Amino acid sequence: MWERRPIIFLLLATAAILVGTIVTMVLPFAWVNTEKDRIEAVAPYDALQLAGRDVYIREGCNNCHTQTVRPLVAEVIRYGPYSKSGEFRYDRPHLWGSRRTGPDLARIGGKYPDSWHYHHLEDPRSMVPGSNMPAYQFLETRTVDPAFTRKKMDVLGFPYTDEEIAALDGKTEMDALVAYLQKLGADIGWREHAQVQVIGELVNPYAPDPDVLSEGARLYADNCAQCHGVALDGDLGPELTGARDIGEAELYRDLWNGIPDGGMPSFSTLGQKKIWKIVTFLMSQEP
Amino acid sequence: MDKPSYNYDIVRGFVNWSILWGVVAVLVGILIAFQMVLPQLNFPPLFTYGRLRPLHTNAGLFGWGLGSFFAAFYYITQRLTRQRVWSDRLARFQLWWFNATIIAAAVTLVLGYNTSKEYHELEWPLDIMVVVLWVIFAVNIVMTVVKRREEQLYVSLWFILGSLVGVAVLYVVNAAEVPVSLFKSYSAYAGTNDANVQWWYGHNAVAMVLTLPPLAVFYYFLPKTTGAPLYSHRLSIVSFWSLVFMYLWTGAHHLLWTPVPDWVQTLAMGFSIMLIAPSWGSVINGYLTMNGQWHQMRTNYLVKFLILGITFYGLQTLQGPSQAVRTFSAFIHYTEWVPGHVHMGTMGWVSMVMFASIYYMLPHLYGRRVYSVPLANLHFWLVLLGQLGYSVSLWIAGVQQATMWHAMNPDGSLHYSFMESVLAMYPYWWVRAFAGVVYLAGVLVFVYNIAMTVRRGEPVAEAV
Ligand code: HEC
Ligand code: HEC
Ligand code: HEM
Ligand code: HEM
Repeated sequence: MWERRPIIFLLLATAAILVGTIVTMVLPFAWVNTEKDRIEAVAPYDALQLAGRDVYIREGCNNCHTQTVRPLVAEVIRYGPYSKSGEFRYDRPHLWGSRRTGPDLARIGGKYPDSWHYHHLEDPRSMVPGSNMPAYQFLETRTVDPAFTRKKMDVLGFPYTDEEIAALDGKTEMDALVAYLQKLGADIGWREHAQVQVIGELVNPYAPDPDVLSEGARLYADNCAQCHGVALDGDLGPELTGARDIGEAELYRDLWNGIPDGGMPSFSTLGQKKIWKIVTFLMSQEP
Repeated sequence: MDKPSYNYDIVRGFVNWSILWGVVAVLVGILIAFQMVLPQLNFPPLFTYGRLRPLHTNAGLFGWGLGSFFAAFYYITQRLTRQRVWSDRLARFQLWWFNATIIAAAVTLVLGYNTSKEYHELEWPLDIMVVVLWVIFAVNIVMTVVKRREEQLYVSLWFILGSLVGVAVLYVVNAAEVPVSLFKSYSAYAGTNDANVQWWYGHNAVAMVLTLPPLAVFYYFLPKTTGAPLYSHRLSIVSFWSLVFMYLWTGAHHLLWTPVPDWVQTLAMGFSIMLIAPSWGSVINGYLTMNGQWHQMRTNYLVKFLILGITFYGLQTLQGPSQAVRTFSAFIHYTEWVPGHVHMGTMGWVSMVMFASIYYMLPHLYGRRVYSVPLANLHFWLVLLGQLGYSVSLWIAGVQQATMWHAMNPDGSLHYSFMESVLAMYPYWWVRAFAGVVYLAGVLVFVYNIAMTVRRGEPVAEAV
């Protein structure tokens, strides 16, 4: 009978749609962004970071980058601790993404020094050969609009000071984007906690034979040359021609832990073997 | 039986414009596919991958997809109700409003005005345009159905009406946002909630745009082209109700292993697997309708399009649920595998069925026989080849990529750097880009065939 009544049919169809909607879309609001999942350390975006976030949205970085680390072994090793709900409570909209053409950025904050990001965003291939990320040099020619940013902060209800807004004057969109990237995932301070003390005596298992040295040179070219120069002559990082003076054990520690305050990333994800090979390669260099 | 005069003008309009937007979608698709392998093809600020990918998806799903559904829906609804469309003027207005919306969408997306939500990138003024578009369309269809001269509502009309309400609810809820300026707004939901609402929308856009409408079209045109009645009306009704009920539970299968509450993910996983039943209900209904007609696969090119289309739908609805299983998702989520899945659905299922419906309608719309059946066959093989090249290469790519991401050394460190996994993708990306060119060739043959039908097709003896 009712299959001949289009209006009743429409109502029934709506009802059918609403059941699943209410259970799986409306109900979760009672679980999410409540006191239970709050993380004290997570702060709202400041004015510069928010402006940067909007550049990220405008340029559609989320079409290639995700912002959620899943609780899977390899993923936690690659990117850092898995993401918690409370870390996103200020994210309108969320930027979790659905494709990883490029790596996850949920914990990119603090991984590199600012200068690395400037170089990389201007010309990704100059830092990472073979990358297919677009170049965003033009962001350096555009400036952030302080009045508009103030309005945005108001709409989102984020705290700010007049000085903070005044300081936006003259900042480029590139500055803003880098400030945003440096905040991502950094609030919970995991990099400091992840620091491990290498204990016991550190003994290089490799002799400087040609195989090890060529593998070490390759690893250096892939991972270090972008900052320390192809010829170890220094660029964003200091020159490494005299690295052998630092000593094997100390070099190993520098690579494993990084030098967070100095902008030298940790390379623990490479594993002990690869790090030792790089160290062997560095030790073989004549100053 | 008196023959009402139908409004075919509006159908012609939507056919032509949707094909134009389809060609645009495919061209932009090919451009972004080449940008993946040749990043110097990015022309900032306007034409970078990040801005063009949403243009591609919107032109594909809404320009070509929705546009061609509008064409078919106006045709089917008038024929099934034996009633001229309720308002000719409203329909005409809808066509131009549709085009205006698509153009505004293309311009604003390239300018970088977007909300970042997948398949809902348009900023709030355009959301309003979309809502107006949908309301006009819905009113016209519902009024035509209300005023119908045929008592029975054939199952295609159910699917059409279902998608009318489905899209309306989804779009409006996910659009909730607070404007800051004319082209900037912030989502009304935050963080995990926003993600969950977005994928409730995202997955059901698949249901209400890429499943119900092409099924409506399939259920109408398969019996029409084969001349055999639909195998089971009852089966189609059961499929319909279970589809519209179950789809809405599954959005979180796009969010497995994320901070969305576990029970929501588990429900999504369970319902996704249950979805196999109603999905295959339609597939089996299609196959059984072919009983005794299978020879038409050789003789009737329309049947080839339709049966291949429903077969891809069948595969899609097996692959989809497997992707919704946590363990498999852990592996393939975020990889190249997913665009492989997507394009079997869009280039295979949706487009194949819509190509068939347009070929079928041409003689009715223009009073001329389709210009060349060999060309239609060529079209078929080219798009099939292009689509398989696209999907198969990316499935292999996805498996390799996932393996590289998860590979570990015995000492607990990662075996591959991220960049090594990127470099390994280049060969597949090249294959995908060229497969896209083959697909485009097929689409251009289609366009040529239509143009020639309109100009030189053999006139059909009597009006059909
Ligand atoms: C075509 C896809 C694509 C787009 C669009 C894209 N990226 Fe990337 N991105 C990549 C790839 C691939 C890599 C890895 C290679 C490299 O470091 O360049 C990467 C790397 C990065 C990295 C370094 C991550 C790390 O852990 O080393 C950052 C930061 C980054 N992208 C930021 C951005 C920002 C910000 C945008 C938007 C303005 C953006 N990307 C747009 C593909 C993309
Ligand atoms: C993102 C850029 C960057 C990358 C990549 C990088 N470094 Fe560094 N590195 C730095 C910076 C900056 C410093 C200076 C830190 C300080 O001393 O405050 C540094 C310091 C060092 C030091 C200590 C130098 C000294 O004189 O005390 C060593 C050794 C070193 N890096 C080796 C490496 C090796 C080996 C790699 C590759 C595995 C590498 N770095 C990759 C930026 C980088
Ligand atoms: C029973 C049916 C289906 C189920 C359960 C299903 C399941 C899924 C899942 C789990 C994903 C997420 C993959 C990932 O990112 O890990 C996905 C993605 C997708 N599917 Fe399906 N699928 C089904 C049918 C279809 C159909 C018929 C289409 C039609 C074209 C389709 C189009 C898409 C699209 C466009 C995406 C990409 C979403 C994105 O990440 O942007 N799916 N599907
Ligand atoms: C020649 C044909 C086509 C080519 C070359 C092409 C290319 C592409 C590329 C390169 C992407 C980005 C994939 C990624 O994120 O890595 C993409 C995504 C997408 N395309 Fe296409 N495309 C084509 C046809 C179509 C058609 C006809 C439609 C719709 C009807 C469509 C709908 C989509 C959708 C929905 C996505 C998003 C997928 C996701 O989120 O995983 N495409 N396409």
